[in-house]
Amino acid sequence: MIVRAVALVLMLLATIASAIGVVYARQQSRLAFIELSRLGNERDDLNFEFGRLQLEQATWAENNRIDQIARGRLGMVSPAAAQTIVVKR
Amino acid sequence: MNAARVVPANPRTRLYVVLALLGLASSALVVRAVDLQVVRKDFYQGQGDARYLRDLSIPVSRGTIFDRNGEPLAVSTPVESIWANPQEVLEHVERIPALAKAAGLDEDALRQKLIDRSDKEFIYLKRHLNPDAAQAILDLQIPGVAAQREFRRYYPSGEVIGHVLGYTNIDDRGQEGLELAFDDWLAGKPGVKRVIRDRLGHEVENVELVREAQAGRDLTVSIDRRIQYLAYRELKAALAEHHATSGSMVILDVPTGEILAMVNQPSFNPNARANVEPSWRRNRAVTDVVEPGSTMKAFTISAALESGKWKAHTPVDTNPGTLSLYGHTISDVHNKGLIDVTGVITYSSNVGAAKIAQTLPRDQMYDVFHRFGFGEVTGCGFPGESPGLLPIAKAWGPVEQATIAYGYGLNVTPLQIAQAYGALANDGRLRSPTFVKGAQNPDRTVVDPQVAAQLRTMLETVIVPPGGGTRAAVRNYRVAGKTGTSRTAVGGGYQKKYISLFAGMVPASAPRLVGVVVIHDPQAGAYYGALVAAPVFGRVMEGALRLLDVPPDNVQNWYTAAPETARSMPARRQAPDAAADDANVAEEVPE
Repeated sequence: MIVRAVALVLMLLATIASAIGVVYARQQSRLAFIELSRLGNERDDLNFEFGRLQLEQATWAENNRIDQIARGRLGMVSPAAAQTIVVKR
Repeated sequence: MNAARVVPANPRTRLYVVLALLGLASSALVVRAVDLQVVRKDFYQGQGDARYLRDLSIPVSRGTIFDRNGEPLAVSTPVESIWANPQEVLEHVERIPALAKAAGLDEDALRQKLIDRSDKEFIYLKRHLNPDAAQAILDLQIPGVAAQREFRRYYPSGEVIGHVLGYTNIDDRGQEGLELAFDDWLAGKPGVKRVIRDRLGHEVENVELVREAQAGRDLTVSIDRRIQYLAYRELKAALAEHHATSGSMVILDVPTGEILAMVNQPSFNPNARANVEPSWRRNRAVTDVVEPGSTMKAFTISAALESGKWKAHTPVDTNPGTLSLYGHTISDVHNKGLIDVTGVITYSSNVGAAKIAQTLPRDQMYDVFHRFGFGEVTGCGFPGESPGLLPIAKAWGPVEQATIAYGYGLNVTPLQIAQAYGALANDGRLRSPTFVKGAQNPDRTVVDPQVAAQLRTMLETVIVPPGGGTRAAVRNYRVAGKTGTSRTAVGGGYQKKYISLFAGMVPASAPRLVGVVVIHDPQAGAYYGALVAAPVFGRVMEGALRLLDVPPDNVQNWYTAAPETARSMPARRQAPDAAADDANVAEEVPE
């Protein structure tokens, strides 16, 4: 009789513990999901920032612009083939 | 009080009545509860969810397109689009002027638009604003106005590479070029998340991720931005110099078939969605066909060598510089008299090519041309690629066979010419060109390696005097190539409009690059391929060889540390510093 009562109480406690566990796990999952979303957004923002910077760099390094500056402002020329001496290794 | 005494209540009966009433009431509650919770659960759950659960789309950015050295060519960057719920905005009419002002819209037009769409819950007010401008509108806190993240595509190289990349529409989907060809690869899949939102539209809780967002994948194309720019600059300059209407240039990497550069003029800026002449958007190097003119002679001679009837030095009598064939006259600009097969290439003799073709079975000639890829799409996968037109052998009469031998009566794209010269450069193995770095197509043997080697030797004679293509020469390198001139065909006849062509390869001893230049309708006097197209080839290749660090194979003056040991390498053929006189560059253009 006592054994059965103890078993019953244990089962009851286990059920309650499991119920609390479910609640806890659910809460943890929500927190983790929020954290995941936050990190995902952060990753996306960093990617976008990277893309913007890449775009900016590519715009500054645009061949036509480099060409204009080198020839126009800096007065640079590419050496003609006749001015080039090939070094033999 | 009195009544209680008059009718004494039986406490037991009273108890039963109360119990029965209570029992009925609780049964009613239970029935109602079961009804709500079990029987009609789905309906109510659905109704409840519909009021606060929302499936939201997670936008993804389109993959970046890089050139072969990792330089970005097309980048998507987030922008904000302002949208409105007309019903909600119309409840606050007094805010419309402020909204119109902030969004830079006409107030009356905005009001009319909202009224017209008042049965909708979503309209765009202004798309693709930069984040600051969008925030300025949101700061007004007008009910029913919100922002949505979208992506806009930017092309830092602009019109230099516009034709190859194509462009996307306002919804970031590919419309033309590689953007269209690789749309599925680049686009990715938007994700879906389920959230709980309150009455004001704030996200209270993320419930679950229905589908994970799959970002667009990046694409590394075979184009080298530096060579692309070089080709763009030189082609544009040549068009201006010769008052030509349009032109194309293609550069292939011989071992892999990768397209290192592909430019067209006129061009367009893919960043601007404004209306441009639709023809400017065409990637002419792939979609437009030309008659290849004398550049085709290389393949006629390939067929001749392959037949065994002709060797490189078999004599061909081109006297008297004309050939009459069924009332059709084929003529050379200058009568070169008795020359050999190599001379037919060197001097670009139409009569010689026609006479050689007459000895070949038409099926064999067709077969060689077909093997070199003419008449079929190259397999590069570019949208709208033209297969050109190589008439079937059965349709060739003697005149057709003779004219096809020097490049008339068939249509090819500049890319096809490049592919075919690539096969000559690659020891007779043809590899379909590709736009993707590292994605080389399988190659197949189209002509005997010895024939290809002999052809390269013949094509080298074109670039040195007395050959006609001296302006394509690149100092310190041996160049092999062929000039060509043809006329624009219109409705069965030929106009007095010319097409100047040059196709060639460098360095001739072990070809690394193949280039094709096509210039339409030069009107400043010169129109021969040797004068208009060949110089573009020479100038672009000089830069491309330097950029790619290709070792020179024809150096006359080596620099060595000790002056006493310095000596000139005996050059097999000297690259000329000055172009030959124009008499040598003339080639016949038939009427």
